[in-house]
Amino acid sequence: MYNEKVVKEFSNPQNAGELQNANAVGKVGNAVCGDIMQISMLIDENDVITDVKFKTFGCAAAIATSSVATRLVKGKTVDEALKITNKQVIDELGGLPVQKLHCSVLAEEAIREAINDYLLKHKQTGR
Amino acid sequence: MKRIYLDYAATTPLDERVLRAMTPYFTEQFGNPNSLHSFGREANVAVDGARSKIAELLGAEPSEIYFTSGGTESDNWAVKGAARMNRQRGAHIITSAIEHPAVMSPCAQLEKEGFSVTYLPVGKAGIVNPDDLAAAIRPDTVLVSVMLANNEIGTIQPVKELAAIARAKKIPFHTDAVQAVGSIPVSVKDLGVDMLSLSAHKFYGPKGVGLLYIRKGLRLDKLMSGGHQERSQRAGTTNVPGVAGMAAAMEIAVSELDKNYAHIKSVRDYFVERIQNEVPHVIYNGDPVRRLPQNANFSFEFIEGESILYRLDMEGLACSSGSACSSGSLDPSHVLLAIGLIHEKAHGSIRFTFGKTTSKADAAYAVETVKKTVETLRAISPLFAEFKGGAVNV
Repeated sequence: MYNEKVVKEFSNPQNAGELQNANAVGKVGNAVCGDIMQISMLIDENDVITDVKFKTFGCAAAIATSSVATRLVKGKTVDEALKITNKQVIDELGGLPVQKLHCSVLAEEAIREAINDYLLKHKQTGR
Repeated sequence: MKRIYLDYAATTPLDERVLRAMTPYFTEQFGNPNSLHSFGREANVAVDGARSKIAELLGAEPSEIYFTSGGTESDNWAVKGAARMNRQRGAHIITSAIEHPAVMSPCAQLEKEGFSVTYLPVGKAGIVNPDDLAAAIRPDTVLVSVMLANNEIGTIQPVKELAAIARAKKIPFHTDAVQAVGSIPVSVKDLGVDMLSLSAHKFYGPKGVGLLYIRKGLRLDKLMSGGHQERSQRAGTTNVPGVAGMAAAMEIAVSELDKNYAHIKSVRDYFVERIQNEVPHVIYNGDPVRRLPQNANFSFEFIEGESILYRLDMEGLACSSGSACSSGSLDPSHVLLAIGLIHEKAHGSIRFTFGKTTSKADAAYAVETVKKTVETLRAISPLFAEFKGGAVNV
C-alpha cells in the first residue's frame, strides 16, 4: 500500500519526541478518528524555528507525515513555515494512498496550530 | 529475515496432501463434470466423491451440499436467497452485530430492498444471548443468520440453542461457519441449522472454493443463474480441483482436529498469558474461554493498530488489525465497537491467529517483537504521554 519513502520515514521517523523547552505547541486530531498529532517547537527571537519534535498517535502514514512535517519546518521562519502545505508533505513522501491523504492535512494543521500558539503567547496575535 | 505467519484466520497454506489430491484434475482429468462423454464422467465421479465425503464429515446428505466459490458467495446466497424467496411471508431478518461483512453487506442490501434487519447485541464477551433472539422474532421474520465463530475475536456463538429457537418458530436459520470448520467439530445435524457456509482455504484447502449446506426441503432464490450445475441451484462450471481439494482438506482437518486443537490452543494460551503479563495496558478482547483455539485479539492502549501491524511486519511478524486505517474507512471494526470498546481502544487492536505449524518458539519470538513494538510506538504517542502525566500544556 505504501511506497518505499513512506515505509522508510515510518520505520525511522525523525524528530520524534517532545521538546521540554518548547514555546509553541500544537495538537490536532482526535482519538475517535484514530489520529492525534502533537508538534512542539522552539522558536527564537527572530521567529526562526530552531528545534521541533512530534508525538503522534496514528497509522503509519500519520507517523511518516509527522516526521516529514518536522523536517520541513526546522530552520524556517514562522512565516515560511505557515506557507507549508499538505501537498508539500505528500510530495516529500512521493505520494500517499488516497485514503491516507487526510494524514497530510493533519500535519499541516499541526504546524499552524503550534505557530498560532506561539503567536498568541508571544505576540498577542493569532493568525 | 525470519518470518512468522500469525494470520491463519485470514488464510492458511495449502496442505501438501491436499495439493496431491487436486493435481490430477488440473491436467489428466480435466473434463467438465457436466459433459456426457468419458472425460466428463470421470470428472463427475470426482465431484460426486467429494460431495459424499464432505456430506459425511458434516453430518449432511450429499444432496444438501452445494459447491460455491467460497464463504462470501455462500453467505450472500443464504441471506439473499432465503430472504427474497420468502418475501411474501415477511420482510424481517435477524442477525448479530458482529457478523462478517459477507453477511452484513447483503443485509444492508436487503434493507435497501425494503427488508428490516435486527442486529442482536453481543455484550462485552462478544456472544449472542439466546433470550435476545427469542425476543426479536416477529411474525414476519423470514431468516435468522448468526455466525458459528467470529473472525476477529474468535468467540463461539451458542448456535445450537439459537437454531432451536428459530426452528420452533419455523424460521430458516443460517450460520456462517467459515472460521469454525477445521478448528472445532462442526456437524449440521448436531447444530440443527438449515444453512451453513464454509470456505476451504481456512482449513489448509484451496482458495476460491466453498460450499453452502442447504437442508433438504428449504428453497432459496438463486444467486447465480445459467447452466444446470448443482441441481440447477447454482450455475457455473464446477471447480473440480477445488472441490477435490476441499474434500481432502476437510478429511484431514477432521481426522487431525483433536491433535491440532490441543497444539494450537497451547501455543495461543502461552502467547496470551505472556502478553498479558509482560505488556502493560492491554485488553484481551472477546471471551477468554468460549473462543476458537487459534484466536488472540488484543487492544494495545495509546497506540494505533495499523502502525503496530506495519512495525511487526518489519520484524517479520504477520498479523492483522481491526483499526480503521487498515480498512480504508474511518470507523474501527464493528465487532470491537459491538463488544463495547471505545474508538481509541478499538483502533489499537491486533488479531494474532495461530496455525498447526506455529511453534512455541514462534510465539515466544512474537511476544518479544510485540513488546518492543508497543514500547517504540508508545514512546512517540501523545496519548501515552498524557496518560503518564507528562504532557506539555497546550
